[in-house]
Amino acid sequence: MAVTIAKERWTNKVAEVVLGTEPNIVKIGGESTLPFLHFEGEMPNRPAVALEVWDMEPTNWPEILTSAYAGVLNDPVAWAKKCVEYGADLVCLTMVSAHPDNKNTSPEECAQVAKAVADAVNVPLIILGCGIEEKDAQVLEKVAENLSGRNFLLGCATQENYKTITAACIVHGHNIIASSPLDINLEKQLNILITEMNLAANRIIIDPSVGALGYGIEYAYSIMERTRIGALTGDKMMAMPVICLLGQEVWKTKEAKSTTEEAPEWGNQERRAILWEVTTAVAFAQAGGSLFVMRHPESLKQFRAHIDKLMQSNTY
Amino acid sequence: MILIGERINGMFKDIREAILNKDPEPIRYWAKRQYENCAAYLDINTGPTVDPKDQPAVMEWLVKVAQETVPLPCCIDSTNPEAIEAGLAVHKGKAMINSTSADQWKMDIYFPMAKKYNAAIIGLAMNEKGVPKSAADRVALAMEIVVNADAHGIPMEDLYIDPLMLPCNVAQDHGPEVLEAIRQIKTLADPPPRTTLGLSNSSQRCTNRHLINRTFLIMCMAVGLDSAIADVEDQELLDAVAAANILLNKDIYCDSFLKTFRQR
Repeated sequence: MAVTIAKERWTNKVAEVVLGTEPNIVKIGGESTLPFLHFEGEMPNRPAVALEVWDMEPTNWPEILTSAYAGVLNDPVAWAKKCVEYGADLVCLTMVSAHPDNKNTSPEECAQVAKAVADAVNVPLIILGCGIEEKDAQVLEKVAENLSGRNFLLGCATQENYKTITAACIVHGHNIIASSPLDINLEKQLNILITEMNLAANRIIIDPSVGALGYGIEYAYSIMERTRIGALTGDKMMAMPVICLLGQEVWKTKEAKSTTEEAPEWGNQERRAILWEVTTAVAFAQAGGSLFVMRHPESLKQFRAHIDKLMQSNTY
Repeated sequence: MILIGERINGMFKDIREAILNKDPEPIRYWAKRQYENCAAYLDINTGPTVDPKDQPAVMEWLVKVAQETVPLPCCIDSTNPEAIEAGLAVHKGKAMINSTSADQWKMDIYFPMAKKYNAAIIGLAMNEKGVPKSAADRVALAMEIVVNADAHGIPMEDLYIDPLMLPCNVAQDHGPEVLEAIRQIKTLADPPPRTTLGLSNSSQRCTNRHLINRTFLIMCMAVGLDSAIADVEDQELLDAVAAANILLNKDIYCDSFLKTFRQR
């Protein structure tokens, strides 16, 4: 007896977002079904992976992570090139030094660094601020201007600072990360507020604020799942691709940071930490993530091998 | 909630006159108004004053004028099969037939027609004996409609069963029966048929009509109503539907929920 494959008939799809300029573009989103259900609908674009670059040398990264970037950690341009060498689809440049507790770098200096990095690599950039909302608005405004027309991804915009960042994205032709603190209602409202300023919905990426495996991963998972189902059932203000800023979460866990000597019962640190990062990413890929910001090049490699398998057709 | 705008109906004086004078403006006006007020379909009814032999031509004209004005499908509403077919023949996109009853001879006309034109169709839970009183009798007629639709290969998402509400001032005891009928109709098949209701009928010749319509619509939504033929000019009705969509977990809450409901 023939088996009838149950298929949902969805009425909407996730917007497709294009980052970068020809020929160096990355497309994400565009799904008309739940993740990897190729038999039911389209998943036209693979999840893309960015590796993270800081504009200052990190002091609290474990040695197993810094060793992968030995010699380039104090040079964002060289560091970014290294990421591309490792196969990153995009480079995520984080302006950590702009934080008042760090170097309080000026928006102008940040914009120069961003320009230097952008000119050195042939992949699109994600440019993040330092996490202080007011400062990020100033920094990203300058960055947007200095990289006008490059169609990059800037963030994170919150309910406090979205106006400046949205305006800068509109004027200078960039895309925006709309960030909400694990709250689907605020997530939707922020998308509405941004589109009301006339930034097109297909230039918004949702950041739901993800946690690492063991640190609230299930909350982000549920929100991403609900977001996707909302998108597929017709909610256009939920129909944006999702970015998972997971490297920063994974690499502050004790499972990633404790050395083999400190926690011998947990096994080899390098294997353990990379597994922690890959497993976190894999879970979010299943929840509907489109853009993954990771730190370890080996994590990228293993995650991509996993995605290769998941992207194989399972059409009946 | 799929809202079907009720206004392009020859029972309204301005539409009756528009038909009489072949004046497309009132049709355009109401097509546009209802489009702006969240209608997903425009009900199109020539009204009883048009001579049956003229009804096909009038229906054809109304459908064309409406669809030239706004990008909405029509709910082609007539008791005359020839008028319905004339409307379907010129319709662009997926139309809705309004309606068949559970009488076999009618279903034998309208289901093949729905199939031929790939249209959705409303099935009234009544027959030549009239509107049943009890929920059980309504559901029995609904089941006959479901079975006949299925036999003609009409998918359940294209079938809209109307359990028929009567004016609450003359048939008050029908309210609970209609609610129970909606609940049961949603269990008749898997996937379930859809449900609809001629909402304004529930408040005919009553005072506070908007309040009665609005209250009953929300009560019906809670038990599974998918669609209604309604006065979409009524902003409080739209607000209540938007709120009900949130409370029924159909839409994701956000502070702008009244506004987002109105955006398509």
